[in-house]
Amino acid sequence: MAAHATYTYDVLVIGAGGAGLRAAIEAAGTGVSVGLICKSLLGKAHTVMAEGGMAAAMAHNDDRDSWKVHFADTMRGGQYVNNWRMAELHAKEAPDRVRELEAWGAVFDRTADGRINQRNFGGHRYPRLAHVGDRTGLELIRTLQDHTTYLGVTVHMEHTVIDLLRDGGRAAGVVAYDRERGRFHVFAAKAIVMATGGAGRAFKITSNSWEGTGDGHALAYRAGADLIDMEFIQFHPTGMVWPPSVRGILVTEGVRGEGGVLRNSEGRRFMFDDIPDNYKPQTAADPEEGWRYTQNDKTARRPPELLTRDHVARCINREVKAGRGSPHGGVFLDIAWIKEKLPDAAAHIKRKLPSMYHQFKELADLDITTTPMEVGPTTHYIMGGIRVNADSQESTIPGLFAAGECAAGINGANRLGGNSLSDLIVFGKRAGEYAATLARASAQPAVDDGAVDRAIANALAPFDRGTGENPYKVQQDLQEAMQSLVGIVRTEDEMQEAVRLLAGFNERAARAAVDGHREYNSGWHTCIDLRNLLDVSEAIARSAIERKESRGGHFREDYPEKVAEFATFNVSTRRQADGSMQVSRIPLPEMPAELKQIIEEQKQ
Amino acid sequence: MSQATFRIWRSKPGGENGGFIDYTTEISEGMVVLDAVHKIQAEQAQDLACRWNCKAGKCGSCSAEINGTPRLMCMSRLNSLDLTQPVTVEPMRTFPAIKDLVTDVSWNFRVKKGLKKFAPRKPDAPDGTWRMAQKDVDRVQEFRKCIECFLCQDVCHVLRDHEKHDAFIGPRFLTYTAALEMHPLDTADRLPDLKNQNGIGYCNITKCCTKVCPEHIHITDNAIIPLKERVVDRFYDPVMRLLRVFQG
Ligand SMILES: Cc1cc2nc3c(=O)[nH]c(=O)nc-3n(C[C@H](O)[C@H](O)[C@H](O)COP(=O)(O)OP(=O)(O)OC[C@H]3O[C@@H](n4cnc5c(N)ncnc54)[C@H](O)[C@@H]3O)c2cc1C
Ligand code: SF4
Ligand code: SF4
Ligand code: FES
Repeated sequence: MAAHATYTYDVLVIGAGGAGLRAAIEAAGTGVSVGLICKSLLGKAHTVMAEGGMAAAMAHNDDRDSWKVHFADTMRGGQYVNNWRMAELHAKEAPDRVRELEAWGAVFDRTADGRINQRNFGGHRYPRLAHVGDRTGLELIRTLQDHTTYLGVTVHMEHTVIDLLRDGGRAAGVVAYDRERGRFHVFAAKAIVMATGGAGRAFKITSNSWEGTGDGHALAYRAGADLIDMEFIQFHPTGMVWPPSVRGILVTEGVRGEGGVLRNSEGRRFMFDDIPDNYKPQTAADPEEGWRYTQNDKTARRPPELLTRDHVARCINREVKAGRGSPHGGVFLDIAWIKEKLPDAAAHIKRKLPSMYHQFKELADLDITTTPMEVGPTTHYIMGGIRVNADSQESTIPGLFAAGECAAGINGANRLGGNSLSDLIVFGKRAGEYAATLARASAQPAVDDGAVDRAIANALAPFDRGTGENPYKVQQDLQEAMQSLVGIVRTEDEMQEAVRLLAGFNERAARAAVDGHREYNSGWHTCIDLRNLLDVSEAIARSAIERKESRGGHFREDYPEKVAEFATFNVSTRRQADGSMQVSRIPLPEMPAELKQIIEEQKQ
Repeated sequence: MSQATFRIWRSKPGGENGGFIDYTTEISEGMVVLDAVHKIQAEQAQDLACRWNCKAGKCGSCSAEINGTPRLMCMSRLNSLDLTQPVTVEPMRTFPAIKDLVTDVSWNFRVKKGLKKFAPRKPDAPDGTWRMAQKDVDRVQEFRKCIECFLCQDVCHVLRDHEKHDAFIGPRFLTYTAALEMHPLDTADRLPDLKNQNGIGYCNITKCCTKVCPEHIHITDNAIIPLKERVVDRFYDPVMRLLRVFQG
């Protein structure tokens, strides 16, 4: 079967979350032709679920803030294995990217003097998150989506990319199928931007939707790109734990930003018991000071509930393991207590956290203005991803760019809340810009028909098998294994066990069979996603084995301390010619003296 | 553990009309209709098609008609339904079927393309930014809560029964237009479009859209009626018209 390119673009963007949309806007603005592919309908990508806000040092609520403080906060949060250049660009450019959204119709919450209001969030020294109640992601995606509508970008909704094509060394296009009919399409492009988001579905308890199967990570990896930092997974401290069907759904950090506190079953605010040394100077001495901080008292320091997510998640884990958890295996998150401080507390909570109020009321029959919530850690974000050039976002494959959650570097070992949404618009823009520049300077690469045929045959194999493994079951077993063996607390033995199990899941996946037709067939879709989850899970497990220390989102019981030597490199995974995964260490680039100095200055 | 029966609409291959099939499955505390659909998918009907993303009422993907009422499957708790009877789950009927619970909602995206885009006034400050008071954006923020679930479009009789898809943009896009018209920075004039190609006159304020909106947006009272008033003031009110003539 000779395949021909159904569509040809200058720039092809894969993913319509914040990063993909922003990249498409930028590329289209330069006049090149742009195609945009996404698995769901437009406006439904994961970005829509983001709640708390986007971080940008606009200094509206505290004029001591500046890009330098944001940069230092990001590096400290990432435990200094971040790509310093990305952290620098992000801190410098985020304010302009946020303001631009306002010019495109976004309506952020306002300060008293009519500017964009900014809220406190974990790890950020000053109130820095531009927000819209607790539905900031919706505002971001809708603004970008609506803006894209008028730019002549061709959108292919409900299409899933299954293979990345190369022409010699460079990226040349992709093979995709449409979910509606199950037909295959080839997209040829001079430059491709990967913006496929995260991989939370590799774990059982997650805040991520079905889309978060690490497709971009896996597609790039299989095409030969480097992935880095895959051991760094962010377990968000506060996911819902009850009822079982909503386990993992996120409870925004904004609850703690507005004064919510964590308590164990004994009623103790356990976060005061364990404050890491490098955060002591910035942390409140007592509950009273913490409360004042949440009420924007500039002389107060933040409460320990707003320490970085990795730390808070581990503290919660410890309380639960020590038998001091809540009835359903979490701890208590209490915002209702603020009625002791504010006269109109219930109304205040509903105004500041409307979707949290709604979510608990409707899904858990619980009124957060009167009753503490039960929360526990949930897999939330992957710091690791496609290795990119900081300025251009180009991966190690020429012509393949990556932005947003599927790219790595800015976050290091741990992402600060709010730094993702700003990352999407800062680096989405850069990826779109550099991809367009490359496309203008390039000829259309050739599409390899043989590779197209192989990709299609591979994708259809589950239909030919008649009977075989149930793909849903393999996926569930994989999620159980990753959750229990490569989760919040890791050990060498368990991770080796995970690698062994993954080999078995790989074999089962190769025997997976589906019934029915190609039209909107969820079983088939699960089969296809499974390959990506398997590759990503293996990269996570092998990278985590390589890093024999604890840092940020990666905590090892057998190596519980941070080790200086491990601060000098990123762990990288790359596919070998024989299909096996090679793990190596890539030295971190040397940071310029000015940036080092900024970090030192901000340490007090 | 108890059981419940779900009477789910299944289409035939090729999108032809199908029929209901009953699936009985185990249920547990806190489950929503979407969980039941997923369980049935994993255990009994691998190829059952439905859309979902967030499972928390934030993305507007999982719209369906449950026991005849347009709702989000992920926000419909089983303990709010009568489980002594089979729970019927069917696709939104106003839109063409694709498969099972999935419908073709592309008309909505096309409608949006035809609406006038946001056109802000010149920035207020030299740094290119604007000043807006919270109280002046509250109303617009209500409309911008919309998750584009299209349940209001599904229930509106002008679209559902009279199929005025060519002449009427529906409650979702009247709300969208209201958000732009009431945006403190916007300068475009959408009233002629509203009156003509957007067909605001077709709405006879039955408020069915407001009743199904999962975001509790006051679609009729806060968006449609004020827009209707503006249209009337401009095009039908003789005093206003005269005034305009005098003002040139
Ligand atoms: C509940 C929740 C709350 C959050 N809150 C915040 C917050 O307050 N602040 C913050 O900064 N961050 C927050 N985050 C994180 C942030 O939302 C995400 O990291 C970010 O939205 C990811 O954006 P993205 O553009 O990289 O990808 P996504 O928004 O995940 O979009 C990925 C896109 O890629 C497409 N895609 C994927 N695979 C394929 C394929 N094979 N073929 C075609 N298309 C494909 C998908 O369809 C989708 O369109 C939150 C996350 C969650 C889950
Ligand atoms: S109020 Fe108007 S828009 Fe809403 S359902 Fe009734 S006729 Fe349709
Ligand atoms: S207005 Fe309400 S019902 Fe209509 S699409 Fe938006 S959220 Fe859904
Ligand atoms: S799955 Fe997002 S609204 Fe139901």
